[in-house]
Amino acid sequence: MSLFQLLNGLTFAALLFVVASGFTLIFGLLRIVNLAHGALYLFGGYIGYTVAIRTGSFVLGGVGAMASIAAIGLVLDQGLLRFVRGNELRQVLLSLGAAFFLNDLALVIWGGDSFTVPIPQMLRGGMKVFGTFYPTYRLFVLVSGVVVFAALWLLLNYTRLGALIRAGVDDAEMVEASGVNIQRIFLITFLLGSALAGLGGLIGGAFLSLYPSADAEILVFSLAVVIIGGRGSLVGVGVGSLLVGLLNTLGQVMFPELAYFVIFGPMAVLLAFRPLGLFGRAT
Amino acid sequence: MTTPFSPNPSRLAGMTGRAAIVACLVVVVAACLPLLLSNYQVGLATEVLIFGILAMSVDILAGFAGRTSLGHGAIFGVSTYVVVYCTAQIALPPAVAFTLGVLAATAIASVFALLAVRTSGVYFLLLTLALGMIIWGICLRWTQVTGGENGMRGDVRPAMLLSHSAFYWAVLAGAAVVSFLMWRFVRSPFGLTLRGIRDSESRMRSLGYNVPLHLFIGFTVSGFFAAIAGALYAMFNNFVSPSTVALAQSVEGVLMMIVGGVGTLFGAFVGAAAIIALENVVSAYTERWQMVLGITFVLIMIFAPEGIIGKLRAILSRKVR
Repeated sequence: MSLFQLLNGLTFAALLFVVASGFTLIFGLLRIVNLAHGALYLFGGYIGYTVAIRTGSFVLGGVGAMASIAAIGLVLDQGLLRFVRGNELRQVLLSLGAAFFLNDLALVIWGGDSFTVPIPQMLRGGMKVFGTFYPTYRLFVLVSGVVVFAALWLLLNYTRLGALIRAGVDDAEMVEASGVNIQRIFLITFLLGSALAGLGGLIGGAFLSLYPSADAEILVFSLAVVIIGGRGSLVGVGVGSLLVGLLNTLGQVMFPELAYFVIFGPMAVLLAFRPLGLFGRAT
Repeated sequence: MTTPFSPNPSRLAGMTGRAAIVACLVVVVAACLPLLLSNYQVGLATEVLIFGILAMSVDILAGFAGRTSLGHGAIFGVSTYVVVYCTAQIALPPAVAFTLGVLAATAIASVFALLAVRTSGVYFLLLTLALGMIIWGICLRWTQVTGGENGMRGDVRPAMLLSHSAFYWAVLAGAAVVSFLMWRFVRSPFGLTLRGIRDSESRMRSLGYNVPLHLFIGFTVSGFFAAIAGALYAMFNNFVSPSTVALAQSVEGVLMMIVGGVGTLFGAFVGAAAIIALENVVSAYTERWQMVLGITFVLIMIFAPEGIIGKLRAILSRKVR
């Protein structure tokens, strides 16, 4: 694998990290497998695209995507998932229904054409990395992945909210019993996770482009990341994203038509030995 | 959820006399439908039967082993793909193509099963979903073989089954046999073991049952039935595209199963009829079927997770009391 392909794999892994970290936060703390996460990604991308086109600002696009997806997350959580609390299976299937709805709604609003979020002027073109010419924007994606990882790491390990989230992942009832309003922590986590999906949509929309089935594709990758990494673990998502990102790139180079299949191998091996993922813990 | 299992000495192939009569009556009434309905409606009825088989195969796992699969649409679709491919690209006779399709999809199901038996609950759902999506991704991208997004047109139906009613009768016969087999399967000692696993995995394990092996076989058998539905669908539609293996297919199967009632087995046909009828009514007014499907799913999850039939039964019994 050449450096170019390695970088491709790493940048894809960075995007996966942004999307899947939101997924695993929600999964780990609320025990909700939010299958609408892919649809939130796509919506975030479309909204970010629209805002970025209207205002001409990539940053505003990002803010708009995150804010509006957090708002959709709020409706999803408080308006729908609230009614099926405590029943994992019903939650999953409900979120799946929501995913279908959102996907079709996106098709109504933005149509079936594919869009690419405009890249800001300063990130266009390329630069030399260890003697290889590489698109600047994709390096930016790599950096954003690392920044999001660092920010989440700091949030989870050095703030009160983070401590509560970690405690909630381990035992939500105990946290509640010690006088913390866990429902509020749940809600904040859900909004944060959704916002990350929106951010991922904007970032990904600028180099993978946005089209009606992009949500399903990113969802499969996120699922693979979480299945490999284990739920609720930030390090797990990081390692899972790297594995899936690199393997996917390797697969695309070696078997372009069967690239999907290549992420299936490690998932299978892993499940045989660690059904809960590399960093997952039984509860 | 469980139907009481009462031993009865006077049985016909394990069926009580009354159940056998009811089953025969249902089949006879169903067989008379083409005499009353238009060609289009007979087509819809055929579709109901095919998707009823798919939903029943999902119910074997969901209702009797406690594991909801979101990968059965993919197994169904693999069978469809293989049948269409074999007849259209390498010109095999329909019967051979049918067999190959069922075998191939059953093989895929056993691979799914090998991986999935290690998981339960939400992880099972996630894994089957991911596996199904991988199949979908391959069907979409492997353009040389699958025709990519354009799909493939086949020449699947044998000449004697070309008319709507003839094909309907053939599918009805198939569905009757398959339903009987599934019914026998879930009532067999093996099926009872699956129910035991559903209710308490640890207890079954400590009783000495090989839980993973039972789940593996259960999943493969369930996949086999989904494969039959898929092969029938190939004959019905004469066309296959990635949407046949898409998540929506699995979701429709699960939805039909839930609407008909989890663990009722034959309720699957009622669920299939309800969903297909809804799809047709909706499609007459709007192209937004997927949106309606999503909303239906959300509403059923909130208001009637035990299925429409279960809900009606609950409402009725409340009224009676």
